[in-house]
Amino acid sequence: MTAEPDIVLSVRDLTVDFTQRQGSFRAVDGVSFDLRAGRTLGIVGESGSGKSVTARALMQLVDPPGRITSGSIRLGEIDIAQLPRRGEAIRAIRGADISMIFQEPMSSLSPVHTIGAQVMEVLELHLKLDRKAARARTIELLGQVEIPNPEQAIDRYAYEFSGGMRQRAMIAMALACNPRVLIADEPTTALDVTTQAEVLDLIGRIQRERGMAMLLITHDMGVVAETVDDVAVMYRGQVVEAGPVDQVFHGATHPYTQRLLAATLKLEQPAARPALSVVSSPILSLRNLGKTYQLGIGAFGGKAKGTLRAVDAVSLELAAGETLGIVGESGSGKTTLGRLILRTVEPTDGEVVYSPPGAAPVVVRTLDKAGLRNLYSEIRFIFQDPFASLNPRMTVRQIVGEPLLINRRGSAAEINARVSQLLELVGLDAEMMDRYPHAFSGGQRQRIGIARALALDPKVLIADEPTSALDVSIRSQILDLLIELRQRLGLSFIFISHDIGVIRYFCDRVAVMRRGRVVEVGDAQTICTSPSHPYTQALISAVPYPDPRRPRMQQRARYTETSLGVATLR
Amino acid sequence: MSGVMSEEDLALPPPIIARAGNSAATASQWRLMAWRFSRHKLAVVSLVIVVLLYLTGIFAEFLAPYSPETTRPQYTYAPPQGINLFAPSADGGWAFNFHASGYDITVDTEAMRRSFTANPDKIIPLGLFVEGQPYRLFGLIDANIHLIGATDPKEVVYLFGSDRLGRDVLSRLIHGTRISMSIGLVGVVISLVLGVFFGGISGYYGGWLDSVIQRLIEVISAMPTIPLWMGLAAAIPLTWGPIEVYFTVTAIVSLLGWTSLAREVRGRFFSLRNEDFVTAARLDGAGEMRIIFRQMLPSMTSHILAMVTLAVPAMIIAETSLSFLGVGLKPPVVSWGVLLQDAQNLRAITSAPWLLFWPALFVMIAVLSFNFLGDGLRDAADPYDS
Amino acid sequence: MLLYILKRLLYMVPTLFGMSLVSFLIIQLPPGDFLTSLTSAIADSGQSLDQASIDRLTALYGLDQPFYVQYWNWISNIIFRGDFGWSFDWGQPVSRLLWDRMGVTIFVSALSLVLIWALAIPIGIYSAVRRYSIGDYVFTFLGFVGLAVPTFILALGLMYISFTWFGLNVGGLFSPEYEQAPWSLAKFIDLLQHLWIPVVVIAISSTAALIRVMRANLSDELSKPYVVTARAKGLSEFTLIMRYPVRLALNPFVSTIGWVLPSLISGVTITAIVLNLPMAGPLLLRALVSQDMYLAGAFILIMSVLTLIGMLLSDILLAVLDPRVRYQR
Repeated sequence: MTAEPDIVLSVRDLTVDFTQRQGSFRAVDGVSFDLRAGRTLGIVGESGSGKSVTARALMQLVDPPGRITSGSIRLGEIDIAQLPRRGEAIRAIRGADISMIFQEPMSSLSPVHTIGAQVMEVLELHLKLDRKAARARTIELLGQVEIPNPEQAIDRYAYEFSGGMRQRAMIAMALACNPRVLIADEPTTALDVTTQAEVLDLIGRIQRERGMAMLLITHDMGVVAETVDDVAVMYRGQVVEAGPVDQVFHGATHPYTQRLLAATLKLEQPAARPALSVVSSPILSLRNLGKTYQLGIGAFGGKAKGTLRAVDAVSLELAAGETLGIVGESGSGKTTLGRLILRTVEPTDGEVVYSPPGAAPVVVRTLDKAGLRNLYSEIRFIFQDPFASLNPRMTVRQIVGEPLLINRRGSAAEINARVSQLLELVGLDAEMMDRYPHAFSGGQRQRIGIARALALDPKVLIADEPTSALDVSIRSQILDLLIELRQRLGLSFIFISHDIGVIRYFCDRVAVMRRGRVVEVGDAQTICTSPSHPYTQALISAVPYPDPRRPRMQQRARYTETSLGVATLR
Repeated sequence: MSGVMSEEDLALPPPIIARAGNSAATASQWRLMAWRFSRHKLAVVSLVIVVLLYLTGIFAEFLAPYSPETTRPQYTYAPPQGINLFAPSADGGWAFNFHASGYDITVDTEAMRRSFTANPDKIIPLGLFVEGQPYRLFGLIDANIHLIGATDPKEVVYLFGSDRLGRDVLSRLIHGTRISMSIGLVGVVISLVLGVFFGGISGYYGGWLDSVIQRLIEVISAMPTIPLWMGLAAAIPLTWGPIEVYFTVTAIVSLLGWTSLAREVRGRFFSLRNEDFVTAARLDGAGEMRIIFRQMLPSMTSHILAMVTLAVPAMIIAETSLSFLGVGLKPPVVSWGVLLQDAQNLRAITSAPWLLFWPALFVMIAVLSFNFLGDGLRDAADPYDS
Repeated sequence: MLLYILKRLLYMVPTLFGMSLVSFLIIQLPPGDFLTSLTSAIADSGQSLDQASIDRLTALYGLDQPFYVQYWNWISNIIFRGDFGWSFDWGQPVSRLLWDRMGVTIFVSALSLVLIWALAIPIGIYSAVRRYSIGDYVFTFLGFVGLAVPTFILALGLMYISFTWFGLNVGGLFSPEYEQAPWSLAKFIDLLQHLWIPVVVIAISSTAALIRVMRANLSDELSKPYVVTARAKGLSEFTLIMRYPVRLALNPFVSTIGWVLPSLISGVTITAIVLNLPMAGPLLLRALVSQDMYLAGAFILIMSVLTLIGMLLSDILLAVLDPRVRYQR
């Protein structure tokens, strides 16, 4: 093999097997690629594609029972694939020549050691710096990754940092010994989009400055399009397509890549659907709805240390037949808002009024238990986590039939018939109803949850991030199902999500939340293309766009606390 | 490579996962648990042992060669006799002959006591299902058949040795099994009731009620158990009958064992209360009772079962310790702890080590089996975690 | 930190109150009161008390008062005057009997605790790191056996073994010839010869339990992402395990002291009775059997309070070790 001068790491026919009692499972199957100095290779794939195992194999970090069974990983003259997993040779490479950034910065940092101690350790280990020099260098590094007040930050613990700051500390640690190769394994998946944009910026800048070779592992086509030079698409342990980013995005040849791109791009525009014919009267209105949490109440019922205003005076209206999206980053109060409407979390102030067509309006706050029960059959909830929201100890028949049984909708036989009908409605085979949830995949479970929500012929559905736990291809399928159901059954939706793409695809109108407040409400298309509030502008422009020819993130608007405008309410 | 994207592509319809042969798809939690449990060989063996011990307790009269009260002053501290299946036959070879060895007796006139040594040449033929002392099984059926015994009713056999009054240790052990194992069971039931009640209201209602119950649990679990047990047990009036003492001791033992159960139940309630599927049931319109009984309890029962199993050995040890110290059960009641009272000092255990060995072995086997069984149950309790 | 300790101290008050109530309840529990026991004891010795002295004593001890007044008298005497009442069995103030015996008890308990930790931590680490190895199975099995043998049976067994195999009579803390002798090296060695059996007996069941705790804690920690981070830095396996997962696994381990102490004191009590050691156990048993309830109650109270102090120390230690605890307070 003739080594090109700028190739830093060369992987050939890498195979990783997991040997278990039940047999062997091939997680990585003959993968080859090169990492070049100053360039970024993105490996993209859905869950289970083997992309993370590939990244770990490069540093011999695959845990038993996983094992590199064949192939080579050449770093200069050394073949990492041949090095013993715990030997001195590989240890000299880890953290010095190749270093890694992980997905979950909180759990990837030790909670009982200071940030500084964890960075200094690498310097002392590989560069043999003494304590004082290591400390000085660490402060310098923390400054380079734009952590404010590095002199103080060095003695802080991970839990005292925000998610973005933690990830910056991880980056500082990875950069400490000036490695030739940086591996970033889903470095921004756990972060909000605005933080993601800044962290990606930082990684990109540092990589360019130092001329490192970088491997970026991600499931997000948008991140790939915005940040990498070359792409390898992984599917079931194999690289099915590889090439420069533009070529892969605009001339994909493999059907999997094509489908993946199609599913991603599909969520970049609104779904085709008839416009709302008449703007009807609101079916649900929230008036100054709010929730205050008391923080840190002692066991003796002492005074609270402070209060947290999770939802602050939110007023919104949902028209009959309309889909209202609620978008926001973590901590924006969007999930709490969803729970306040049905009083699964009791609001501290404000009102929710439900006005079913042809009946008297109901003030939710004044309802007694029986009244709430009636309300619960009209307004139903779809949960985020398809695993936690289905009782593993009940069959699908029992789960979907439970609301029917409780509300006495017919005899046992009638309920059975209704359950089969519901399952078919959401695209599941009715014959599967005697199975337990564990026999279903994530997407199928979400369909079961939807069937349960539909069981009582509701008028309104509140969906809390119903697709965020799913892979992109399954995501659009579930959304299409919901669109179809909405039209067939004339449902109104409140759709909570952090994902602008999903909101634009699915919603008529959208409310943007930040720190418990609604900062902007408006037509979904308008908000997603030309938002007026500076926060929304920052949020929308931070979303990576899955087309390398039309980067969006780089020209994004930034939003800081000082530019806080007045929330525009409808 | 086909253009297959994921299982979901093909799921509309027909479904493709969990095809024929995958019976796990329709297996209930108890079936899944049984599958998992059966992989724990040690736990399965322990389950068999525990069942055998309880059967021993139930059929004590039939299994024991003698009544536990039969005293024979001429046979004090007789050592265990060996059991043999073969004996030298008349023609000089060996023939099948199920027998025990008899004793050589020497009388120490000075110390006024007899000492015994087992002599393999003396043959006391043994039989199964022999007739012996009459008894009343379950207090209902009159019978006189014993599982094992000397075929000649005039002979005596001490397979595990005899005690100070010439009583048969084996028979006393078998009868003691009934008392000791049942104290574990009854005690655990009381603990369970208390634990589920207090833990349940603590976890379900929370607030000040929870605080008070938590303080109570804290006080009880921070106090050293043995001194506290001793203090409570010492207050049992000497005039009380054996049944009253039995139930009081059981109650004392369980009074202090409920705290860990209550903690477990409370913790489960707390975590389950916020589970999405419980919220989902609430939104299905389910009332409090339906949520507790249909959603929460089924999710806890397997864990509670494991906890309860793991709590039994502590009860058995407690009874044994208290009775050994003389503040728990007292003769004429026979329990493992009461038997161990006879092995209280160095003199007793050096001259008659079988008085320590056999009851101690039974206690250890019972405790070990319950521990392994509980461990197996705990591992199997949540079949959905992987 | 000071605030945290103060808060923990405040937190102890209701628990202490509960414990003193339970102890007083035990004093009050036996049928009849202290005076009945006293009169019957005097009657046993052939004398009798006239009604006048009974009335005088009743008033003196406040026995005609309601429960809460009697409780207040008892507890206020303890708190303000260190007076735990009167032992009629010994004819001495309880406090005089208490401290001697408690001193030895605390010494032996502390020694056992040191042994427990010295054994449980390294074995637990070994078992977790080499999970499912032969060594792990051996320790796991030994641990199960250690848990299964009641303390007193273990004490009896060791006593039997040391007598029949080594010809040692291990009852008591000293051989008869050193009982009254002044302290010397020989006496100290004699003490150690006697001490190892109780210390081992007391330590075994808690050690077995703590090995399992340590193994479980560390197994959890070993699968955490920060271990992979540390490995990716190039640290050697030993350094990284000791510096990260072991360090974190020790934190919950420290708080296990909360339930180790009560069982330790239990073990000490029963072992002392079996081996007839001059510690609190035999005196407590004797007090209970002869219904010398002020003495018994005092022992139970003091043992409980000591446990609570141990727990407080472990809480403080945990706060020193774990910055998260400090942060959350």
